Amino acid sequence: MDMFIVLFWFLTAMAIGSALGVILSRNPVNSVLFLILTFFAISGHYILLNAQFLAIVNIIVYAGAIMVLFLFVIMLMNLNADVEPQKGRLVQLAGVIAGGILFLVLIASLRTASLQIMDKTATDIGLIQNLGKVLFTQYVLPFEISSVLFLSAMIGAVIIGKKEETKSTYSEE
Amino acid sequence: MENYIYYYLALSLALFSIGIMGTLMRRNAIIVFMCIELMLNAVNLLLVAFSKMYNDSAAQLFVFFIMVVAAAEVAVGLAVIVMMYRKVHSVDINILNRLKH
Repeated sequence: MDMFIVLFWFLTAMAIGSALGVILSRNPVNSVLFLILTFFAISGHYILLNAQFLAIVNIIVYAGAIMVLFLFVIMLMNLNADVEPQKGRLVQLAGVIAGGILFLVLIASLRTASLQIMDKTATDIGLIQNLGKVLFTQYVLPFEISSVLFLSAMIGAVIIGKKEETKSTYSEE
Repeated sequence: MENYIYYYLALSLALFSIGIMGTLMRRNAIIVFMCIELMLNAVNLLLVAFSKMYNDSAAQLFVFFIMVVAAAEVAVGLAVIVMMYRKVHSVDINILNRLKH
């Protein structure tokens, strides 16, 4: 059996299984851990598609920073499975049916799309040198603007997260 | 040799619709936020598959910028959720509809 095929189906099963674990687990910490597993599966797919830079950046940024931030916030609020609010069974069923119908509609609309053959041989467009050459020549303006975006997001997060000062010494709590 | 792009299309659509199901099914605001990240990752996967199909690296750079935007969005979104938790002591989205009242 071709190694590509074996790895592809293994990573697909891992990705879909852990994505289902994200939405079905009652404990929010379990959801975060399942999402980290999903990110590892997707990074495996990136490596299979020879996009090595994006695989590593995916692990570092998503699983390493964003999910840790989520875990901090969940631990801060001390959420566990006991205090987890649940929607009614009917609403959950309606959500599943809506998602399933969306999936069927998208599959049906793209089924007869004529796409090129995806070459499974390894190319080198995913290597960091070639990506860097394109990024810093053609797309340097979005790159610089994204730094401004980060600055504004950081300032916004700090301002939103600041505790309010108590207005007077006789504040009622 | 079968064309693997269709399998990547189906996988990305499955992950996207699982994200949609999670956004509709859960009441915890943080889990809803995580399902939005799952949807973004499904789109990233499809973009990388297309970049391999067309042998063009512009799609991979777009994935890079999507990750940039997602990171900034998570920072601000979690700050908003923490601030609301300080007021109401709950992250239930049925309670976090203060703009309506």
